[in-house]
Amino acid sequence: MSASLIYTIITISSIGVIAAVILYLTARKFYVYEDPRIDEVESALPSANCGGCGFAGCRAFAEAIVKDNSLDDKFCPVGGNDTMSSVANIMGLVAEAQARRTALVRCNGTCEFRPKTSTFEGASTCAIQSMSYGGETDCSYGCLGQGDCCVVCDFDAIHMNPVTGLPEVDDEKCTACGACVEACPKNLIELRKVNPKYRKIYVACRNEDKGALAKKACSVACIGCGKCEKECKYDAITIANNLAFIDSDKCKLCRKCVPVCPTNAIIEVGFPPKKVEPTEVAPSTAEV
Amino acid sequence: MLKTFKIGGIHPAENKLSAKKAIEVLPLPKTVTIMVAQHIGAPSKVIVSRGDQVKVGQVVAQSAGFVSTNIHASVSGKVAKIDTLIDSSGYKKEAIVITVEGDEWLETIDRSPDLISNINLEPKAIVDKILQAGIVGLGGATFPTHVKLSPPPGMKAEVLLINGVECEPYLTADHRLMLERSDEMMVGIQILMKALQVTKAVIGIENNKPDAIAKLSELSKKYHGIEICPLKVQYPQGGEKQLIKAVTGREVPSGALPIAVGAVVNNVGTALAVYEAVMKNKPLFERIVTVTGKSVKNPSNFLVRIGTPVSQLIEAAGGLPDDTAKVISGGPMMGKAIPSIEIAVTKGTSGILLIPETEGHRKAMQNCIRCGRCVTACPMGLEPFLLMTLAEKRLWERSEKESVMDCIECGSCSYSCPANRPLLDYIRLGKMTVGGIIRNRKS
Repeated sequence: MSASLIYTIITISSIGVIAAVILYLTARKFYVYEDPRIDEVESALPSANCGGCGFAGCRAFAEAIVKDNSLDDKFCPVGGNDTMSSVANIMGLVAEAQARRTALVRCNGTCEFRPKTSTFEGASTCAIQSMSYGGETDCSYGCLGQGDCCVVCDFDAIHMNPVTGLPEVDDEKCTACGACVEACPKNLIELRKVNPKYRKIYVACRNEDKGALAKKACSVACIGCGKCEKECKYDAITIANNLAFIDSDKCKLCRKCVPVCPTNAIIEVGFPPKKVEPTEVAPSTAEV
Repeated sequence: MLKTFKIGGIHPAENKLSAKKAIEVLPLPKTVTIMVAQHIGAPSKVIVSRGDQVKVGQVVAQSAGFVSTNIHASVSGKVAKIDTLIDSSGYKKEAIVITVEGDEWLETIDRSPDLISNINLEPKAIVDKILQAGIVGLGGATFPTHVKLSPPPGMKAEVLLINGVECEPYLTADHRLMLERSDEMMVGIQILMKALQVTKAVIGIENNKPDAIAKLSELSKKYHGIEICPLKVQYPQGGEKQLIKAVTGREVPSGALPIAVGAVVNNVGTALAVYEAVMKNKPLFERIVTVTGKSVKNPSNFLVRIGTPVSQLIEAAGGLPDDTAKVISGGPMMGKAIPSIEIAVTKGTSGILLIPETEGHRKAMQNCIRCGRCVTACPMGLEPFLLMTLAEKRLWERSEKESVMDCIECGSCSYSCPANRPLLDYIRLGKMTVGGIIRNRKS
């Protein structure tokens, strides 16, 4: 082995040793203490970085939890109660269980129910269309159908239905992160409590125009007549600005409001088809 | 060499089809719809109610704040209803619907055609009269004129610029006004000069209107202090900042108003409205509107009462051509397609343009090829391709740093893009969002 090779090995190794010593001393000098629980909490989170918790990603959420040392007003909608209880274990706190929520689109203005009166040719995003004018139909409250909600979804949980032109939420995949709620310029999307079998009853309309105008623009618009409000025994329905709203926290899914709606604006999802009422059969048995 | 602005600019086809057509008075409609928000600033407050009888020139909605103005009845008759109806934005806004009965004007309005040219009023009284008459910038931006004439403390106007550029293709309303109402307009300019206490006014006119330049140059000998400045044809020379740059060589700093460089700009139509308001007590309730388009039978210039439905203007110009794809309120560059022809004319309606099917659609968008034509075209020295991407990616802070708020929405970028990218659509979104963020930060 030549001498030059030996010198090279010695020189490089000594540079390495000196550099290591400098790095070690610098690291000691500028050491910043970080709570190890931040890393632990972060690893318990789903790493979706969706912002559904209200913080800029999972790391920021973990930092906030450790800094405040409390779980009040902090909830990871993606991980749900399981994630929050494991976070609570790490922190030695108690997590309050929350009902799972999913997104719901409150418009049923399909091409059939809500005829187009103009055509929009600008950039195909809802934000720009809504900035430019009221929309392609006479209803300036309804879905614009350009799919901003689908673009922002990180979980592949909302898709445009090409037939109806409206977005549809996949309840299995939806994590209630709220990205679509923010993206919709018409505020059509709402997060609501999940019922067994994903059953839901809701007013699929946000039109605040007077009844006649709303009905003219869309045959399934809520006209604010108040029949459902009278029918509801649980005070779950309120009427404001010519529009009915069903509070999902109060609704008991009795479905009494559905048949009274004159415009079919109240929609039921996930229920078995209604049996024909045995009213005609019952009297006959009584006679016998 | 003729003057013009130096950065950017484009040359769209002029298509001034109605340039030789004298202004015609449009017959009164059966009903008018007067929108309550017709100007930049706070919407006015309605002061009439259903069933009230109104006369032409009567105030129907009162100014609600400093940046706001009065709105007057444009016809005489009965208030049929106060309702929410769609305006050119396609959203429902408050409006006053008046059923026309006869044509009875307020007694205070002087309807004689005689020219009154001695200005006796003090500057303050002039500004007050302009506010009472509900005058806004008639070039299309509809900024209340009395605000422009009240410079903020510490600032003083040095020169009054009168905008007779009419750089939008197709439109000829200002051109005809300069030819047919020149004397009244010149007196109007003198009134504005007195209100601002300036000794010099310059009328900027593009060189494609030689008849107007000749006529006003002749008249300017009679009216002291008013100069005519012919300008090289280039869009968007009618933009306030571009006009100041072209005529005076001064550049309005980013985010500042023209008064920062000692200039106040008013449209020729505004000057005429000021004359009528101050000398004839006539509030702003009618304006000149060009109705034009390649398939239109009789492209014309009409004197129209505010609130007349657009359909009536189209009817008077020979009816709606079968091949119409879009109806645009304003010019082809900055105008806006309207969702219904039942929409009413407002103070800002400078033209109604009917675009035929062959030209009326956008082409499919392609990828940006980095040619930089939008950067060359931008008269404000911005980078439209970048602003579009920033808006697409929702990077609002960066948009603000890249001066998105300086965009004048002239559309030169979208016009010159070979890939048909909707640059202005996205920049407008950026402007709107960043504007909201700035307002929130202030409050």
